[in-house]
Amino acid sequence: MIAGLFFYLFAAVAVASAVMVITARNPVHSVLFLILTFFNAAGIFILLGAEFLAMILVVVYVGAVAVLFLFVVMMLDVDFVELRQGMLNYLPVGATVGFIVLFELVLVIGTWTLSPEALQAAAAPVATGLTNTEALGQILYTKYIFFFQIAGLILLVAMIGAIVLTLRHKQGVKRQNIADQNARSPATAIEIIKVKPGQGI
Amino acid sequence: MLEMLLTVGFIALQSVVLLVSLLILIAFLLLADRKVWAAVQMRRGPNVVGPYGLLQSFADLLKFVLKEAIIPDGANKGVFIIAPLVTCVLALAGWAVIPVSEGWAIADINVGILYLFAISSLGVYGVIMGGWASNSKYPFLSALRSAAQMVSYEVSIGFVIVTVLLCVGSLNLTDIVMAQESRGLANLLGVPWFTMLNWYFLPLLPMFVIFFISALAETNRPPFDLVEAESELVAGFMVEYSATPYLLFMLGEYVAIVTMCAMTTILFLGGWLPPADMVPFTWVPGIVWFLIKLCFVFFMFAMVKAIVPRYRYDQLMRLGWKVFLPISLFWVALTAGVLTAFGWAP
Repeated sequence: MIAGLFFYLFAAVAVASAVMVITARNPVHSVLFLILTFFNAAGIFILLGAEFLAMILVVVYVGAVAVLFLFVVMMLDVDFVELRQGMLNYLPVGATVGFIVLFELVLVIGTWTLSPEALQAAAAPVATGLTNTEALGQILYTKYIFFFQIAGLILLVAMIGAIVLTLRHKQGVKRQNIADQNARSPATAIEIIKVKPGQGI
Repeated sequence: MLEMLLTVGFIALQSVVLLVSLLILIAFLLLADRKVWAAVQMRRGPNVVGPYGLLQSFADLLKFVLKEAIIPDGANKGVFIIAPLVTCVLALAGWAVIPVSEGWAIADINVGILYLFAISSLGVYGVIMGGWASNSKYPFLSALRSAAQMVSYEVSIGFVIVTVLLCVGSLNLTDIVMAQESRGLANLLGVPWFTMLNWYFLPLLPMFVIFFISALAETNRPPFDLVEAESELVAGFMVEYSATPYLLFMLGEYVAIVTMCAMTTILFLGGWLPPADMVPFTWVPGIVWFLIKLCFVFFMFAMVKAIVPRYRYDQLMRLGWKVFLPISLFWVALTAGVLTAFGWAP
């Protein structure tokens, strides 16, 4: 019963804050509501018994991704009154597109059936008697280790690509060179001057 | 139904007892911090309220609570008020999983260490929200600084935790402590009664050092307190805060520090275990050992604050990304290799 209560609590807050994400006037408030949504999703994961996924959701999405998100949104100086002015002009087009997508989704999901063989041939049957951290580890790092490594390599290439594309070495910028700074000794850094009274240096 | 209510009531009672004793502990640790600092600088420190100034923290509490809380005109009111609450509540929430003695954890969950890691990585939100909602330049700059700082040092803390987990084979905090009781260096050297050698601070000494320094950076303690570097940013993200909201920020910060001390104790200093499996040591209850170790780590934090000058911001970033990250990554690989090669992996 307690689990049921908490499910409705988490689900209700998640849906309400998801609505607030798109309706809040202030973009920073939107991001904060997005974080609240993540939190409640993590709560629902815990109720499902997937505690590892819940914690990873909080660590990765809330602790790192959303922080960068908040960072960017805070520093952007967007005039939202101006952005909202064309709202009524675009509303019919947007509504039509939304309606078509909804219609197609209903068509697809309404006729959705799973063949019994497909259920039998699930890619990785979950081992019983393991905590879900161990089960996930066995699937990712033992069974599908090569796919996992390839996915990692692709991400690495993407990361290096992004860095190469955006890295600029500006000329004439004063930089800190830590090795040079550490190599300084009192003999090279300090100069003792006797200043006579009434005279500058 | 009645049974369920009783269970819930019992958990609530446990939580209240834990929180009250934690807050009282922090009141005295705060005083100890100031006293240590004063002693290093050959001052007396707070010595007016109560004998030897023992009641100073309570006087400060009264002062903060009774003052007027000022909310600046241009501030974003809701976020401005929520920010200190977030800091304080998140910091306190971490203590739900910390086992202070055998079986003395309110929630002994499977992924305890991940939970602690998640909670400590959320601490940055209070700072960002407070800095942004103040609608003022210095708090905002400081919030940006702290976001970058905390995200950077989380990475190396994560790798340190992974090394310990490789040795333990479980994410449960109680298991982490129990793994340091029977397996490890003491058995290899043939002195199984000297259990202190089993604690992970010896075999994983470099990681212990990295964890300690990263914990300082993660909790914005000096020498990494660039968030509130008074010579550059007045008082950092707390410039516009006063009275109770300020108190909550301060409290949240100290709770986070004590949580980090507890984490160091559990991961590297054997939690509530006695230093030797012999008669006078085993008579002392586990909670006492836990508190002794926690206070020792806190003393180290206080000494660092007293004797180390503040880092420059670019040095801080360099240390996190170019020094700690490669070393901790190398140690994860090395530990995994050694554990597999000798068949020590659990």
